[in-house]
Amino acid sequence: LSSEIARWGLLAKRLRFHIVGAFAVSLGVAAFLKFAVAKPGKKAYADFYRNYDSMKDFEKMKKAGIFQSAK
Amino acid sequence: MRQMHSPGSAAHSKEKMPPYTNYHAQRSYPMPDEPFCTELNAEQRALKEKEKGSWTQLTHDEKVALYRLQFHETFAEMNRRSNEWKTVMGCVFFFFGFTALMIWWQRIYVFPKKPVTLTDEWKAQQLQRILDMKGNPVQGLASRWDYEKKEWKK
Repeated sequence: LSSEIARWGLLAKRLRFHIVGAFAVSLGVAAFLKFAVAKPGKKAYADFYRNYDSMKDFEKMKKAGIFQSAK
Repeated sequence: MRQMHSPGSAAHSKEKMPPYTNYHAQRSYPMPDEPFCTELNAEQRALKEKEKGSWTQLTHDEKVALYRLQFHETFAEMNRRSNEWKTVMGCVFFFFGFTALMIWWQRIYVFPKKPVTLTDEWKAQQLQRILDMKGNPVQGLASRWDYEKKEWKK
């Protein structure tokens, strides 16, 4: 019986399944993160800074009274 | 494992009054050192003698009888499921609830007054200051606040 079981290539089958699966899962996760996290994140920053006027923002903050060195 | 001999204690005997024995089988230790039945009547002793010969001479019933002498239960019987998990989970949840009641009581009768920085007015002023400073204006807190309408974005 043990010689028959040896012919089943059990470790090889398990390794193949898991190595292929690991590749697929990691590629899938990477793709998902790229399109769900990285792309929107970069877009958010681009949109924010496209028409950003830092002096106007500074004046608004000064008016709100948060600065100690510029009143 | 279960019956490890401690060195230097060869003096004390392992005699146990019936029905207590050293036999305990479980899935992780299925073959204990001692047989299940140690006191054999004449018939069983004869069977043990027969076991010393060729096993092909034994009938099926004799083999089963020999197994039952050596072991209390079959693997299927030993590994049978039980409803113990329900008791365990029930007690766990019960004590969760009891702990929750204790903490609630403590919160009312034991805890001191909140520091001023945790009162609602202070926390509101703190939030207003963070919004004025535009904390995390791209993706974080200030990005969710509508500065024209002075309210949270929908």
